[in-house]
Amino acid sequence: MIKSLKAQNSFLADTREQIEIIEHGQSGDFTLVLFQEKLEQSNLYPLQPTQIEIFQVNIGKMCNQTCRHCHVDAGPDRQEIMTTETMLQCLEVLKHNPQLKIVDLTGGAPEMNPNFRWFVEELRKLDRHVIVRCNLTIILANKKYHDLPEFYKLHNIEVVCSLPFYTQDRTDRQRGSGVFEDSIKALQMLNEVGYGKEETSLILNMVYNPAGAFLPPLQVSLEKEYKEALMEQFGIVFNNLFVITNMPISRYLDYLLTSGNYESYMEKLVNAYNPVAAANVMCRNTISIGWDGYLYDCDFNQMLDLKVNSSGTHISDFNINELNKRDIIVGQHCYGCTAGSGSSCGGAVV
Amino acid sequence: MSEHYYNSQDLPKFFNVVDFQKEMGEKFFSYYGEVFKDSALTAREKSLIALAVAHAVQCPYCIDAYSNDAFEKGWNEAQMMEAVHVACAVRGGASLVHGVQMMNKVKEIAM
Repeated sequence: MIKSLKAQNSFLADTREQIEIIEHGQSGDFTLVLFQEKLEQSNLYPLQPTQIEIFQVNIGKMCNQTCRHCHVDAGPDRQEIMTTETMLQCLEVLKHNPQLKIVDLTGGAPEMNPNFRWFVEELRKLDRHVIVRCNLTIILANKKYHDLPEFYKLHNIEVVCSLPFYTQDRTDRQRGSGVFEDSIKALQMLNEVGYGKEETSLILNMVYNPAGAFLPPLQVSLEKEYKEALMEQFGIVFNNLFVITNMPISRYLDYLLTSGNYESYMEKLVNAYNPVAAANVMCRNTISIGWDGYLYDCDFNQMLDLKVNSSGTHISDFNINELNKRDIIVGQHCYGCTAGSGSSCGGAVV
Repeated sequence: MSEHYYNSQDLPKFFNVVDFQKEMGEKFFSYYGEVFKDSALTAREKSLIALAVAHAVQCPYCIDAYSNDAFEKGWNEAQMMEAVHVACAVRGGASLVHGVQMMNKVKEIAM
């Protein structure tokens, strides 16, 4: 298994280096139309929230996988996970802000945080809709995770799982050897307890992202292909497919640079800018909380260490009125969310 | 004129052909867009056909565009190469089948 950029002491583990490349290219003179200018032309600058409704919590960078496209640089060698104290602060914020209707738990593999199950139970006591972003293989990674499907079911959790493609070659290329086989077994376990089935209310959504330097196809067409292929080959059912564009951040940025695809990929993103997608970007209704409690506009800004432009930047200073009035921080990486049909944690936005 | 007849930077300028003939150009692109939509064949299937045709007509722009498009739409390397072989086989077969004409002619004139 490959090591994280941090464990490799890669220069890209420094977020300032990443931002420098994203803004000016590797040579320093790669120029593209500024994202800010595009937003100005679309009458969207400064970009501001519509209304924050989604409370996305990244509860740790620890993961059982080291996927080549990971914007978190997560992996087994990452130790940064959210403490109980920070989780308690999150719960306190949710208690006082009923407009935060959805809690979206991500990582790393969020299940690897030892307080994950307790946190989910507390969130459900607050009657929030809880989404868990599951990499699937975690369910089979260790005996202690085998009952996760039952746990999700017990708490009526929406499971959003990653399956980069419905064939083995593409999935394993991106996520590592054997991942496809384990993912299929995990999906069958989720189906067995009722996830993804029409007769239950247990939601199983799936995430596609391209295994290479290209943009995703149309969500509606690909969902049909996923459903047909997974049913025919493995008898698997699921609810919706979310098509997500890879962001030029962290390990995917490393891949783009080392494969010589960085500039052409950025050009593709810029050429595919869609003002309708820009108006619907997820940072307008989401707030992202890092493992250490700091607040960000989205999970991508979090990984670039771009904290919210607001008076309080930590969960301990959470003020929804201030946050709803803030200007969202944008950069060239934001083109990843506005290309074609757009991209968000819930897939296409157009 | 540039030093090369083919330049990859020209591919994104394809739509500029309407600058010299707006009406026909716009009709062509409208038709083109319609052809590649999901219909009796899926857009994905059409992409693989387009890749094969791109090789048959040996258009570098089309090969660039449909290599990207077919891979984006989920075809793998082996499937894409088989599509190229289909183009190759039909092209090769098209030459070879004319061998029958040659044979007919030779039989006509030979003692």
